[in-house]
Amino acid sequence: MSNIARSFLLSSIVAIAPVGVIAADSSDPIVIPIHNWSSQIVMSNVVGQMFEEMGNNVEYITTDSQAVYESVRLGDVALELEVWEGAFGASFRTALEKGGLHDAGDHDAVTREDWWYPMWTKDACPGLPSWEALNDCAALFATAETGSKGRYLDGPVDWLKHGQERVEALGMNFQVVNAGSAAALWAEIGAAEADRKPVVVFNWTPNFAEAVWPGEFVEFPEWVDGCDTDPSVGPNPNALYDCGNPAKGYLKKAAWDGMKDKWPHAYCALTKISFTNPQIAEMAKLVDTDELEPEEAAVEWLAANRATVDPWINACK
Amino acid sequence: MKKHDQNERDLKAIDTNTGIASIFLLVALAFLLSRGILPAWLIRIPEALVPPLAVWLDLIFNFIKDDLHLIDLTRAISGGLEVLLDITANLLYGRNRWPKLGPIPWAAVCASFVVLAYYLGGLRLALLALVTFVWTALIGQWKIAMQTMSVLTLAAPFAVLIGLGLGITAWKFRTFDKSIRPILSVLQTLPFFTYLLPAVIFFKVGPTAGAVATIMFAVPPMILMTTLGLRKVSTEIVEAGHMSGCTRWQMLRRVYIPAARTEILVGVNQVIMLCLAMVVLTAFIGMPGLGAKLLAMMGSFKIGRSFEIGITIVLFAIMLDRMSKAWVMKQPVHFDRGTQWWHRHKYFLLSLLAFVFFLLLSQLIPILAEVTRKQSFSQGKEIDKIIKGFLAIDSIKNTTEWLRWFLNVKVLIPFRNSLLWIPTPAFILIIMGLGWYLAGKKEALIAGLFFTIVAITGWWDRSVITLYTVISAVVLATFIGIPLGILAARSTKWSSRILLACDTAQTFPSFIYLIPAIMLFGVNDVAVVFSILIFAAVPLTRYTIEGLRGVPPEMVEAADMSGATRFQKLLTVQLPLALPTMGVGFNQAINFAFFMVIIAAFIGTQDLGQELQRTLAGTELGKNFVLGMNVSLMALSFDFIITKWTETRKQALGLG
Repeated sequence: MSNIARSFLLSSIVAIAPVGVIAADSSDPIVIPIHNWSSQIVMSNVVGQMFEEMGNNVEYITTDSQAVYESVRLGDVALELEVWEGAFGASFRTALEKGGLHDAGDHDAVTREDWWYPMWTKDACPGLPSWEALNDCAALFATAETGSKGRYLDGPVDWLKHGQERVEALGMNFQVVNAGSAAALWAEIGAAEADRKPVVVFNWTPNFAEAVWPGEFVEFPEWVDGCDTDPSVGPNPNALYDCGNPAKGYLKKAAWDGMKDKWPHAYCALTKISFTNPQIAEMAKLVDTDELEPEEAAVEWLAANRATVDPWINACK
Repeated sequence: MKKHDQNERDLKAIDTNTGIASIFLLVALAFLLSRGILPAWLIRIPEALVPPLAVWLDLIFNFIKDDLHLIDLTRAISGGLEVLLDITANLLYGRNRWPKLGPIPWAAVCASFVVLAYYLGGLRLALLALVTFVWTALIGQWKIAMQTMSVLTLAAPFAVLIGLGLGITAWKFRTFDKSIRPILSVLQTLPFFTYLLPAVIFFKVGPTAGAVATIMFAVPPMILMTTLGLRKVSTEIVEAGHMSGCTRWQMLRRVYIPAARTEILVGVNQVIMLCLAMVVLTAFIGMPGLGAKLLAMMGSFKIGRSFEIGITIVLFAIMLDRMSKAWVMKQPVHFDRGTQWWHRHKYFLLSLLAFVFFLLLSQLIPILAEVTRKQSFSQGKEIDKIIKGFLAIDSIKNTTEWLRWFLNVKVLIPFRNSLLWIPTPAFILIIMGLGWYLAGKKEALIAGLFFTIVAITGWWDRSVITLYTVISAVVLATFIGIPLGILAARSTKWSSRILLACDTAQTFPSFIYLIPAIMLFGVNDVAVVFSILIFAAVPLTRYTIEGLRGVPPEMVEAADMSGATRFQKLLTVQLPLALPTMGVGFNQAINFAFFMVIIAAFIGTQDLGQELQRTLAGTELGKNFVLGMNVSLMALSFDFIITKWTETRKQALGLG
């Protein structure tokens, strides 16, 4: 057999061989959306760099964290790495119903979103974290416009937190005010910090704020399934939302339906990926406290966590 | 004699206007007095009568998008746009795309711009360009600034070309002009949240959607200025053109456009400023760069570094504004026949030389190519400390604490509650009455129609709250902006200083105001009003200064000679004559307030802005559009009334 024929045969074997196993990833860039909080930006960079190690092209695009699900659905971005049960559950479910994206599995990390106070609040109201104690201290949280009632700063309305319903269900002496963005919550805590004014605001974990302002969640009656649908569940037999939020909410990944076929290897890795709470906190810390740029933080984090990441990559080669 | 008749007729018209206006107001009063016994359907439109507009609109959108295949067309356009964006992205910040040459070292860009600035405006402008570029590089923001510029260097020329094309068409064809005007008015008042979803769906999230939204936002003034400029071309020039035998194309190219140069270049200037105003807002739909970084910084409470980004945006805006204005002022230079080509293009060659020189130099000295994060002079943490320290000063805390209590409890909340207490029909009648009194029949009827539509959409309460915030902010801004303008107008030096401050306040990204506003006043209406107020006071101050300084000197001299004191002179001569110009400022203040009130949803409001923000989560396009239209309709009602009022005043004063 001539050389040419041999090489032709070889190359056709090479060309056919992978078809049986798994097709090669497309060379189009995998577009990863990034939002405006550091853990998500670093995590996206970490995953992006993993994909690059696997030989893919990756690009990042800044988007709004609610509107992004429409883009995933249309395939303009390939995936979303942080779907929070509380904040984005509604948007995610709407997009899921319309079709075009799917659930790509949960992270190991659990999320908690609830009423929260910075530690200095406890000095003024020592009975905390119990919610009854908080209610007895309501006067401490009163402001000019709330009169004698305490003021609780809830998250933006589109996060659907049901603060108002809970105050009514538990008969609390609080008025609920909705902040318009996460930045508004931080500004409020930051303003209270100087003279250690007691405040109670909506907050969540994992989050950079834990490192800046140590604090605790208020302990409400424990979440029982059905608390949001069946009035008889929970301490108040006649009301919904008379419990705290689930202390272990999901943190999901979402993927565009077409990702599986276009970048099968990367998609396989995506389904394997699962970060824990301390890992996410570390990612946020590299940017928020150590002041690294997100790309540098991702390089550093990857170098320190090869043992976690390598199995995901190897499983999908 | 004729003039006298005219005046008398005007006076009569004003009399009947006042009469009809008072009838409207009396009927409204009757509604208010009998509110207790009014049936519920006269207080608010019953839910059952509200048509499902959002559902219908959704159906229409889906039909246009999928059945008419509009989305395929827009996606094709964004594909083409993407190719161009990739080229600028590669050159400016080294994105891995064809032609794979970039990134251009910052020192080279800086040097060529400094030469250009020197050519346009001399040493001062060159210095401004130098400061802008060196600041951006040394603070470590070069790359993100260039990410922004990679989009704007395409969006701005596109907006100019589209505006020029549409402007010329509108000038040629009256009917086109008439049909395009209402669309432009709506585009200019539509809240930015309403642009956002269609841009993402039709043009793909990312730089393309950012570029399209920017172009949409920046085009209207370019169209208006082009038409205005072409209309103003004097007949003598046109005749001269005809006599020298120009073809139609030559007429346009060699006669009309050069003669309308000033207006067209003012349009270009407006385009540049509006492009920069959108830098932060478009970050929500994937525009990379300064805006995206700013949002990330604010999300993790880094005020200092957001502040630095704000300064960069302001420096770029002022530099480009001054450069484009210098370009307007600079008349074309004509060389003698036979001048050497290198002499004709001296500055261009110099600029190219500087570019190449620094390009080569930066190969030897890496810091001229890129300043890394660790080398940068960013002082984020220190600025954080200064801002926090400033906000923690006792006297400031006490003042804001008192203001918060006073404004909230004594002013804002009672005002809001009383506006909400007014029955819908009475509210519409009051608006119509005021419109009739200030402007006339046409404007009053339009305002009445617009507010009735708002009522029918079923978002009345939220619209009233939006309006309440706008009115409160504009009234408070008047107390600050107008006295400031009057004081500044006394001397040329102070006028130019305060005008510079106005430019800065206007281009400083409005988002950055939100954080200090919350830290000073907490999440409530005072913070919302405060953040709008800063923005709304700018045009008030600007037009007060311009109005007062534009008063004819002989009028002022006449007042001086008749022995008027300074105060009398101001009150009886200067202010009345400046009033029409100040009216323009007032109109702009209201428009700015309507723009900002929606952004203030990020502080926390209960108005249309909050509801608009909520539609982003469910991608409810129909509802989003209904809400946006409500904002637009209210803003347009005010716009029509005040515009008409200023025109009438100007004519009455013999200034028009």
